[in-house]
Amino acid sequence: MLSDQVQKEIRGELEHYPTPRAACIEALKIVQKHERWVSDEALQEVAALIGIAAAELEGVATFYNLIYRQPVGEHVILLCDSVSCWLTGCEKIRSGLRERLGVDYGQTTADGRYTLLPMACLGNCDHAPSLMIDEDLHQDLTPEALDGILEEVE
Amino acid sequence: MRIRILVDGKSFGVKQGDNLLHACLSNGLDLPYFCWHPLLGSVGSCRQCAVKSYDSEDDQEGRMVMACMESATQGCRISIDDPEAVRFRAQVIEWLMVNHPHDCAVCDEGGECHLQDMTVMTGHDHRRYRFTKSTHRNQDLGPFINHEMNRCITCYRCVRFYRDYAGGEDLNAFGAHDRMYFGRQSDGTLESPFSGNLVEVCPTGVFTDKTFKAHYTRKWDLQTSPSVCVHCSLGCNTLLGERYGEVRRVLNRYNADVNGYLLCDRGRFGYDFVNSEQRIREPHGRQAGAAAGEDLDQEAVLERCASLLKTDNSLVGIGSPRASLEANFALRELVGADHFYSGISAQEYELEGAVLKALREGPVRTPSLREVESADAVLLLGEDPTDSAPMLALALRQSVRQQPLREAMKAGIPQWHDSAVRGMIQDRKGPLFVATPVATALDDIATEALRAAPDDVARLGLAVAHVIDPQAPAVGGLAAAAQALAKRIAAALLSAERPLVVSGTACGSTVVIQAAAAVATALSVARAQTEVDPPLLFLTLSECNSLGLALLNPKPLAQLLKSGGKGVGGTAVVLENDLFRRAPAEQVDALLEGRSLVVLDHVPHATTERAHLVLPAATFAESSGTLVNNEGRAQQFHAALAPAAAIRPSWSWLRGAHAAARPLEAPPVSLEDLRNACAAATPELAEVWTPAATAEQTQTLRYAEEKVPRASFRASGRTAMHAHLNVHEPSPPADADSALAFTMEGFSSPDGQLIPSYWAPGWNSVQALNKFQSEIGGEQRGGDPGVRLIEPRAAGPSCYPDAAPAAYAARDGEWLVLALPRIFGGEELSNGSPALQERTPEARLVLHAEDGRALGLEDGDEVEVSAPGCSLRLPVTLLDDAVPGVAMLPLGIPGKGYLALPLRASIRRAPA
Ligand code: SF4
Ligand code: SF4
Ligand code: FES
Ligand code: FES
Repeated sequence: MLSDQVQKEIRGELEHYPTPRAACIEALKIVQKHERWVSDEALQEVAALIGIAAAELEGVATFYNLIYRQPVGEHVILLCDSVSCWLTGCEKIRSGLRERLGVDYGQTTADGRYTLLPMACLGNCDHAPSLMIDEDLHQDLTPEALDGILEEVE
Repeated sequence: MRIRILVDGKSFGVKQGDNLLHACLSNGLDLPYFCWHPLLGSVGSCRQCAVKSYDSEDDQEGRMVMACMESATQGCRISIDDPEAVRFRAQVIEWLMVNHPHDCAVCDEGGECHLQDMTVMTGHDHRRYRFTKSTHRNQDLGPFINHEMNRCITCYRCVRFYRDYAGGEDLNAFGAHDRMYFGRQSDGTLESPFSGNLVEVCPTGVFTDKTFKAHYTRKWDLQTSPSVCVHCSLGCNTLLGERYGEVRRVLNRYNADVNGYLLCDRGRFGYDFVNSEQRIREPHGRQAGAAAGEDLDQEAVLERCASLLKTDNSLVGIGSPRASLEANFALRELVGADHFYSGISAQEYELEGAVLKALREGPVRTPSLREVESADAVLLLGEDPTDSAPMLALALRQSVRQQPLREAMKAGIPQWHDSAVRGMIQDRKGPLFVATPVATALDDIATEALRAAPDDVARLGLAVAHVIDPQAPAVGGLAAAAQALAKRIAAALLSAERPLVVSGTACGSTVVIQAAAAVATALSVARAQTEVDPPLLFLTLSECNSLGLALLNPKPLAQLLKSGGKGVGGTAVVLENDLFRRAPAEQVDALLEGRSLVVLDHVPHATTERAHLVLPAATFAESSGTLVNNEGRAQQFHAALAPAAAIRPSWSWLRGAHAAARPLEAPPVSLEDLRNACAAATPELAEVWTPAATAEQTQTLRYAEEKVPRASFRASGRTAMHAHLNVHEPSPPADADSALAFTMEGFSSPDGQLIPSYWAPGWNSVQALNKFQSEIGGEQRGGDPGVRLIEPRAAGPSCYPDAAPAAYAARDGEWLVLALPRIFGGEELSNGSPALQERTPEARLVLHAEDGRALGLEDGDEVEVSAPGCSLRLPVTLLDDAVPGVAMLPLGIPGKGYLALPLRASIRRAPA
């Protein structure tokens, strides 16, 4: 069941658009903001709320890789693996994270704290390698710097 | 306008404005493609159709363009063979194949796969990719469609057909880049009634026919024949495939005027009744008074026929709207025109009468389905064609695009440029007004949808006619809202270029049919003095040969039953018909009482059970014959297999029986002779069925005295097929009834109506059709099958009824019960197919939600429906989008026999 709060926010969003389907990305983001990810049930309910077919909403949801259709941890780490970051050593950061958290791309730590995902360019190439944890950007990374960053999150 | 273009230095004539791919294919050139489809237009996404285009005579370099995305212009110069273009296309297929499994050998598409054909055509024969392929989980998509996602090449055709063309919502493209997935949001049955077309639209083995899989045979091993769908009145053209005496599948047979490239799911998956265990396979006799009977051999049968038929010089014959024209005619010959009765109910007879009157006497032309697609304003009265004549609904879905399409064309966007056209027209739709007693599947595209009882639907129609032509009867006491709606409809129809009115017998109301004819007549009066195209009137009928039977002028069955058969002889011959579906049981009993009964049919039913002699009739799959569709188009179907020994086509039984009983009167005839006799005796047929025309169907004149083989030249196992019975290969069954042969040998490149399957060198998939068309999307070479029998009268008398019916007034405690057609479960023959049975929903009475609440009902509760001669118990569905005081009863509930719908009944909650 979508919470009252989620429903209210989606209804509010619907008012901004002449055609309800235009609000579908925002609606998915609202669900994700509250639930961290979009479950099958939530997807069906959002589709009903907007008045579009579930298949249509699923097409949108799965097109965007930042709409999560599988459960993610409390914090999502987006490690950039695009050109600049790759040149400047994102693979080392990846192994650094693997050592510290025991997870690779697409995995969530056993305690449900972190999910690690690859990201194609954070738009921060001048400070590569970069990663993002939730809303926070971390740049000019070295493997050593990871300890501090993770501590900050905790 | 025709222009000329240069392809690799050779000059070709093409239609100006066609895209280059279309132009090349129309000229028989081989150019590979995937995302383009003649029905769906171009999106330019697969990059497979790349060619070199040169700007001028001096341009030596050229540039790569996608042929499907460029218009042909006068004198333009392109190259398919340019080495760079050739390399480019090979590369495209190489990357499309990166994730493709190497499973052709176990793939149902193998051997008739567009991807295989294109891969061979581009010359890509070596895989360099050495990494893992992406794989997917397949979905269970219900009884019709098998899903194997790993084979996808992301051409998007499936969703473009399913969503954009057919209006389906439950199939989509998911994910992005190389994780694309085409399917449903979750496992479950594909809901669109046109889902079967995915089998042919998808160029790979992702979507394949699940019913075919259950008895799979490679395309080249199927014995195939051109046929006509028998599951509704539209007469879509089909290709039947047979192996080992079983019908294995139905594919589309192209007919530019009728069904084009498509079929509905009833037509595609309804065939399995032919293979049913229930089939009547032996002649069966029962002495009068005896409870059980015995199987008879051929000789005994004809003797029994002779004795039954000879003794009686006034036999009575009851024809059938699902039997061929020839069979009905043979029956009429046997019993005499005076004793030939129509095998349809009293209501149906009246409805058909109204349709026939409009067709024969009205000034308005009945369009083909193709013309329906191009209508640009539509008024639909009374029924939902999605259930009664499915392909009509699909055609109407295209008609609402016409007006917005014109805007796109005015803006200079070619019609084939699908993405640009859709981008421009967005959700805009042309006018489609729907007035029916219950929600329809077309409401989503309707400009306005009115719910009203049939009499009120008719009143609305007549009000529209009156607005257009004041000579049409005025409708008294019409509510202001209805009057205003009538004005809006009239305005939309009057301002359209090709207005169309649609109705039919499924709504069970002659006044609605008359009203539809009145609107069309009014439009033709209003447009008579102008240059614009005349309006169109499309009326559906109930069965595949309803119109063919009517052309033979049978007397009404009701008349026979009312008299209890007084004055007619002691033997009744019933052709492919269950009388207990057509009339009240008491009346049928009274007729059969004390009479001998001969029944010809292929499935057993209440009437065959009463028969003294049952003759096993061939189905459409084992016989050749003619059906006349609702448009008045006579079309031939040809047997895909020879009937088993004891089974004969009905016409042949009837002629045989006739000859046995009265040899002098009925010498043996061929099907061709019978057709000629039928033409001579039927005014509508006389002109089109000339002896030369009928000879083409059955004789070999056309192709240098050779017949057309039904089996492909690479059919395998012919010598082994019967080896478990006899090592000597039997000679193939002869077929005197068509110009096709049950062999591999003969004239293998037929055209027109005798094409048994689509194949051309290098083109093994259904898209080999390209090679059989005079122009892509146009007529077939040799002409499209079928001839139209009825054209409007030049200046016909007006088709207006004298007055409008009174408005429907619901009475307390009484409901008007109407028949509700259903695409699955609503038609006698296809009901025998297991896949369709799986899709048949529980039969429920549809009531308006308020009526339901007043009765204290909830969705799914059981009710009792009672009326004189009718008592039923079934669950209800409550709908807001229905009419209070009107109840809808699904057609074809097994075991429920005949119901004289529409009827007035009381409804109450069923006691527990
Ligand atoms: S499933 Fe078939 S039609 Fe759909 S995108 Fe894949 S290959 Fe094309
Ligand atoms: S629309 Fe009618 S004739 Fe055409 S395929 Fe469907 S059932 Fe057959
Ligand atoms: S490549 Fe990593 S931020 Fe741009
Ligand atoms: S067919 Fe032309 S790009 Fe796909």
